[in-house]
Amino acid sequence: MLDHTGFPLEITGETTPMVSFRKVRKSYGALTVLKNLDLDIAEGEMVSIIGPSGSGKTTVLRMLMTLEQIDDGVIYVDGQPLTHMPKQGRLVRANERHLRNRRADIGMCFQHFNLFPHMTALENCMEGPVQVLGLSKAEARDRSEELLELVGMISKKDQRPSRLSGGQQQRVAIARALAMRPKVMLFDEVTSALDPEVIGEVTNVIRKLVSEHNLTMLMVTHQMGFARDISDRVCFFYGGKIEEQGPPAELFGNPQRERTQQFLSAVREAV
Amino acid sequence: MIIFDFLAQYWPRLLSGTGVTIAQFFLAAVLGIAISLAMGLMKLSQNRILRGAAITYIEIFRGTSLLVQLYWIFFVLPLFGVSIDKFTAGYVAVGMNIGAYGAELVRGGILSVPRGQWEAALAINMSPARRMWRIILPQALVNMLPPWGNLMIELLKGTALVSLISVADLMFQAKQINGSTFLSAQVFGTALVIYYILARFLVTPFMRWLERAMARKLGKV
Ligand SMILES: Nc1ncnc2c1ncn2[C@@H]1O[C@H](COP(=O)(O)OP(=O)(O)O)[C@@H](O)[C@H]1O
Ligand SMILES: [Mg+2]
Repeated sequence: MLDHTGFPLEITGETTPMVSFRKVRKSYGALTVLKNLDLDIAEGEMVSIIGPSGSGKTTVLRMLMTLEQIDDGVIYVDGQPLTHMPKQGRLVRANERHLRNRRADIGMCFQHFNLFPHMTALENCMEGPVQVLGLSKAEARDRSEELLELVGMISKKDQRPSRLSGGQQQRVAIARALAMRPKVMLFDEVTSALDPEVIGEVTNVIRKLVSEHNLTMLMVTHQMGFARDISDRVCFFYGGKIEEQGPPAELFGNPQRERTQQFLSAVREAV
Repeated sequence: MIIFDFLAQYWPRLLSGTGVTIAQFFLAAVLGIAISLAMGLMKLSQNRILRGAAITYIEIFRGTSLLVQLYWIFFVLPLFGVSIDKFTAGYVAVGMNIGAYGAELVRGGILSVPRGQWEAALAINMSPARRMWRIILPQALVNMLPPWGNLMIELLKGTALVSLISVADLMFQAKQINGSTFLSAQVFGTALVIYYILARFLVTPFMRWLERAMARKLGKV
């Protein structure tokens, strides 16, 4: 069933994408940051977003995390509308309650970690499970310790963020997001604020997630080599649109569009 | 009369006055903190009515004199059928006044918490109320404690005004003793010293301790 604007109330079928942006537009005042974005991400797929600064990469993730309202179009997660909700046979803008229900499927890691400074690494991870999911302290602790183990931070579980390096903080932030058991994980330049020698700590954790877990992931990154290694698909953003996308071997090996070629050669020269 | 003889004779009344001053201070502080929190949050609310109410409250209580507010609560409200005993009227007036100043501190403290903290709390799907209570307020508190220290000293000094509606605080006892003995230097000198001791050796050290404890909790030291 379609609502009057032509958007389905839900997406059903065998190949329901885990995430679907349909004709999404986002503006800040007079500045249109994303124009008519269409992007489907399959369950378990790892999609990287690359592109020049200001091309709208972060905005894509923030809209999906519901940190930004969209101006047009609909975003679906797991077949259900996220930014909208069905009401009397048509889609209306989601209210806070609907957002809280749907947002549970999504987790996000930020460039600057944003750990809670008044809590230890373990408490950071337990906060969501206890306060939001209603787990008991013991259950939340078990779950959090398991994840801190996964990211290699179990030995620092009682430290506050101010005592941790950037790479360590980012690993805790990944554990904190995973503790909510999201279906979709978003990574916004999670290594950009790190010293070069600790970038590997964080990328290795993401590698492990890709190989051992069936998470759907959307990652904005400036590390072309990393994106090439682990992505199923790479999207090159330019001026608020997907200029070109495809499997990493093709996009990096044989880019079709001139802007992609220019961007990639500029990045290579910088290295 | 030398000061020791004076103290030997009048210490029970001065002590009882000091007790009342401390009680007034404490009750006004509790009320003032509660009002600060409520008004500070309301001023940041999306809701126009709540915001308007907070702005009006803050304007009225910061824009007029505490003494006039005290008289209003004690002498004018009874004309509208609301009569409060003088002890309650005293700390309520002082607390409401301090609350207007504290509201601005609460608001500023909340705004000083980086946006990334809100966003991280939303990303783990916390409700707006939980985000505020569990993530933002604890951090805001640390940022606003130093100016709260000053406000608490102002509050202590402000309680002296309750003597004007005959609450038997330190100032009131001092004036009574002065009225019957005319030992102005001794009596007001002693009051001065007691107020100073309360501010300098009780309120300030407590606030410092609180600042350090909170900073430690945030891992800032
Ligand atoms: N809150 C905002 N207000 C106004 N403009 C914004 C805001 N956030 C982002 N922008 C603008 O939107 C554009 C895209 O931003 P962003 O998605 O952060 O780009 P990227 O992550 O690709 O560098 C930029 O031009 C940026 O200046
Ligand atoms: Mg960005």
